[in-house]
Amino acid sequence: MSATLKVRVWRGTESGSYQDFPVPRHESQTVLDVVTHIQRKLDPTLSYRYACRVGMCGSCAMTVNGKARWTCRTHVSVVADGDRVEIGPLRNLPVVKDLVADMAPFFDKWAAAKGRFKGTATRHDDFARVQPDSPKRKLVDESIECIGCGVCYSSCDVVTWKPDYLGPAALTRAWTLVNDVRDDAQRERLEAVAGDAGCHSCHTHMSCTERCPKALSPTAGIAGLKRAVLSAALKGEL
Amino acid sequence: MRNDFRARSHPAYWAFVVHRVSGVALTLFLPLHFWALAQSLQGEARLESFLRWTDHPLVKLSEIGLVLLLAAHMAGGMRLLAIEFLPWRDWHKTLLTAAAAVTVAFGLAFALNLT
Amino acid sequence: MTEGMRAKSGGMTEPAGATAPSSSLIPYPSSLGLRTQVLLWGAQRASAAVLALCVLVHLATIIYAVRGGLSAAEILARTSGSMAWAIFYGVFVAAVAVHAPIGLRNVVAETFGWRGRGLDVCVLLVGIVLALWGWRAVYAVVGSRIA
Repeated sequence: MSATLKVRVWRGTESGSYQDFPVPRHESQTVLDVVTHIQRKLDPTLSYRYACRVGMCGSCAMTVNGKARWTCRTHVSVVADGDRVEIGPLRNLPVVKDLVADMAPFFDKWAAAKGRFKGTATRHDDFARVQPDSPKRKLVDESIECIGCGVCYSSCDVVTWKPDYLGPAALTRAWTLVNDVRDDAQRERLEAVAGDAGCHSCHTHMSCTERCPKALSPTAGIAGLKRAVLSAALKGEL
Repeated sequence: MRNDFRARSHPAYWAFVVHRVSGVALTLFLPLHFWALAQSLQGEARLESFLRWTDHPLVKLSEIGLVLLLAAHMAGGMRLLAIEFLPWRDWHKTLLTAAAAVTVAFGLAFALNLT
Repeated sequence: MTEGMRAKSGGMTEPAGATAPSSSLIPYPSSLGLRTQVLLWGAQRASAAVLALCVLVHLATIIYAVRGGLSAAEILARTSGSMAWAIFYGVFVAAVAVHAPIGLRNVVAETFGWRGRGLDVCVLLVGIVLALWGWRAVYAVVGSRIA
C-alpha cells in the first residue's frame, strides 16, 4: 500500500474526461474524504454533492471504480484497485458537472410511480392502527429504509436500455404504498407501475439488490408488484 | 453516462446473460429443428439421411452445445419463476448454483450417452 | 421517518417528488394497451411454467434416444401414431410459440431501441410462423398415421 492514491475524477459534463489527482492515503479514509481533499486542497472548482456524511441523506452517491456507491460510507481500502480510485457521477442520469448528476428524472419517476401517500383520514379521525406484525406491515418494513440515493437506479441496465423505465427506487417506493393499508390510491398506483415502462420490464439482473447500500432488495418489491398488477389485470381491474 | 462491465460483474447478471443468449440462440435454432423433423414428411429414408449427417463430430459437438443451452434456459427460467412467484427469501446464490448444476448435469448426461 | 412522501432534494435540484412528472419522462411507444402489456408478461411466465415441464421431458427423451445413436426408424417407431406424443409436442410447440416472441420483443426493444406497432406485428408473425412450422413438424413425426 503506497502513501499516495492515484485518483481519477470525472470533470465536465457528459462529454468530459477523467482528470488525475494524487491524494495522500489515510487510515479509515472514505471516498468522500478523497473528493473533499481534492476540492479543498487541489482544485476548488470540483463540483460534488453531500450533506450528512453518515449514510442518512442519500446525496453523496457516485460511481467508484465502476460501481455505484454511497461515498460517505465507502472506505477507500474496500474499493481501491491497488492505489487507483476512479470516481465519476452516477450513471443513467444527466451530468450537471463533474460528480454532480441531475437527480430530476430519478425523482420525477417516483412521482410517476405514484410514490406519494394518499390517505382518507382527516385530523378529526383517530390514529390508524396497523399491527406491526401483520403481513403487509412486514412487507413495508423490507423497503421502508430507502434513502433515495439513486445507487440502484444508476446500477440498473433496464433503465439504460429503456429510458422511460421507472427504475428500482420508484418501484420500491410504490411497493411500500401498495402494502400500506391506509393508502387510498391503490388502483391508480398499480396502473402507474404496470407494463413495459413499469415493473414488468425488470429482468431480475438484481444489480439494484447487489448494490443497495441499505441492503434492501428492490428486486423483491418489483416481483411483488409484478404479481399484484398481473392479478389486477386478470380480474379486469386495470 | 453508461455503466461498463464492472457494474455488471455479479452472479445474477451473468445468469441474465446466459438466459438471454440461450433464449435468442434457441429461438434461432427452432426453425432448423422443425425443418429437420419435417423431413419425415418425405419418408423415413429422407429423415434417416439427415440424421446420418448429424453423425459428423462437429455436429455432435454443437448438439452438446444445444443441450447445454436448452438446459441452461430451462434451469435459469425456473430460477426466475421462483424469484418472481415464491415468497422472497435469502436463497439467490443457492438458486444460481442449483441452476448451474442442473445445466451441467444435463450436458454431461447427454455427452456421455452420445455414441 | 414518516410514511409520507420522502422524496428529497438531491442538494442542487428542487425536490420533484411531489410534483407532476416533467418532460424528462418519455411515454412508452407501444401499440398495445397497458392491460395487454401486463397480460403478455403473464403469458410469458405461464408458458415458461409449461415449458419447464416440457423441456424436462424433452431432455430426458433426448438423452434416452441418443443411446446407441439416432435413427429415423427408432424415432418414428416411438412417435408415429401416438396420441400421447402428439398432445405433448402439440402443447410444447404452442408454449414455445407464445414464449419466444414475447422474449424477442423485449430483446429487440432493449438492444436496438425498436418499439411500437411494427415490432409488435413482427413478433406476432414470428409466433404464428413458429406455431405453424412447429405443428407441421409434429404432424411429420406423429400425425401421419393418426390422421
